[in-house]
Amino acid sequence: MTSPVSRGFHRLSRPGDALSGRLPPGQHATADFPVLSAGPTPHTPLHEWTFSIRRAGETLRTWTWPEFMDMPAETVTVDIHCVTRWSKLGTVWRGVPVPAFLDQVAHDARYVVAFSDGGYTSNLPAQDVTGGQAWVAFGYDGQPLPPEHGGPARLLVPHLYFWKSAKWVRGLDLLDHDQPGFWETYGYNNYGDPWREQRYAGD
Amino acid sequence: MAGTAVRGRLSWQVATVASVTDETDSVRTIALDLPDWPGHHAGQHLDVRLTAEDGYSAERSYSIASADGESVAITVERLADGEVSPYLTRELRPGDQMEVRGPIGDWFTWGPEDGGPLLLIAGGSGVVPLRAILRRWQRSGSNVPARLLYSSRSLEDVIYRQELDQYRGSAEVRYTLTRRQPAGWNGFAGRVDDAMLARIAWPASERPLAFICGPTPFVEAVAELLVARHYHGSRVKTERFGGA
Amino acid sequence: MMLDGNAIGGLLLDIFATEMTSAEATCAACGAVSPVAETTVYLRGPGTVVRCRTCASILIVVTTVHGRNCVDLSGLQALHAKAASD
Repeated sequence: MTSPVSRGFHRLSRPGDALSGRLPPGQHATADFPVLSAGPTPHTPLHEWTFSIRRAGETLRTWTWPEFMDMPAETVTVDIHCVTRWSKLGTVWRGVPVPAFLDQVAHDARYVVAFSDGGYTSNLPAQDVTGGQAWVAFGYDGQPLPPEHGGPARLLVPHLYFWKSAKWVRGLDLLDHDQPGFWETYGYNNYGDPWREQRYAGD
Repeated sequence: MAGTAVRGRLSWQVATVASVTDETDSVRTIALDLPDWPGHHAGQHLDVRLTAEDGYSAERSYSIASADGESVAITVERLADGEVSPYLTRELRPGDQMEVRGPIGDWFTWGPEDGGPLLLIAGGSGVVPLRAILRRWQRSGSNVPARLLYSSRSLEDVIYRQELDQYRGSAEVRYTLTRRQPAGWNGFAGRVDDAMLARIAWPASERPLAFICGPTPFVEAVAELLVARHYHGSRVKTERFGGA
Repeated sequence: MMLDGNAIGGLLLDIFATEMTSAEATCAACGAVSPVAETTVYLRGPGTVVRCRTCASILIVVTTVHGRNCVDLSGLQALHAKAASD
């Protein structure tokens, strides 16, 4: 049975609305910023917050919030693409480039896994968090990053589907072998390039 | 007969809009013709699927506004940034079609065999399944006492006002208006709190059965208040609504 | 969006071919037993995540991969559906 068309119903944002050259395949532009999560919003107080680089179960280096705030931050404007098919163009973030952390520990790891309060993880090749591609973001749209969007700090990796940009990030594990993160374990693509529409495992 | 009922519930079936009734500025009741409907119980919901001409489809869940044996109706609140609710509350006309799956949910339902005393607490559009339960209560001739506490922003936002007011003398219906009250208002005002519940909630010793429905923060706050009044967890049923 | 198990009644009907909101779920992490209707549910993300209301551990994850439901029940120690009511 084919579904009957509901006369006059259409998706909220229509193809003509956005600069379609900026939309990866299967995406539509949205004006709002949907809040999606896999669990309750954590509320780690800033005086308890730390960001750590770990390897083989050992913490190599930890930054407190004041130390994080002392690091060189930049403001970037990027397009973000959620695997649930919405994209938000021209989002403005403030954050510290991930290399600023990684450069302070000697490593040759090929993979990183971002880990967050609440247990969420996302995995990335180390080369995907090098210069100009990834930040630990603490500001959005000129304001401190709100908790529902991952505040006080989240990973920001806009060239991949946004589930890779782990909210409430607390650090990176350095690995020699890739290890699927949360959504990757449940059937999502290990890499997640929106321009090649790598949504699910095997795409 | 049982086979037909299962098939009707499991699969999507085509529904035709029979009528639309505006309840408030932003709330509309939609009556549906569903030739294969297996029947429903008060408190249950159904899933709606809309398909656009380009094949895009969206699904949402809506509580059934009617009681057992009545024809199927849903009451939808328009959410400003919604994708489906603006269509259902503004565009949809009699004769239009959608797909429906249901009825769904055998936890958040009430029938006279479930007893009472019955305490229904509604936040905003959370009143929809509770209105269905109250209709069931009345139509069944149940002799358990029933009370509804209904929280709305203002009197203009109260859904089913005329119908709820006609319970006077049988079920106790009380409104609390949280943002604005009309001149001369002598009902409750402000958010549901312990002082308000002290005046309307059955004592725990009577083993009341409570149903709370509305936005997640409302439901969680009220459930906590009832548990603090020693309502037994298993006799407080909750249904949380979200945006759409 | 954070709701409760009532919101996935339709999804569970799809997966289990029977009504499941009143099914009793036992959390594998803390042992708490509750009806599916009373669990905490996170919707509209890449998948649907059902968590124990008592300890917040994950009970069920459902993702829809190329139109097929992938269901992970490993967070449940047990799931007992109620008998059909009609």
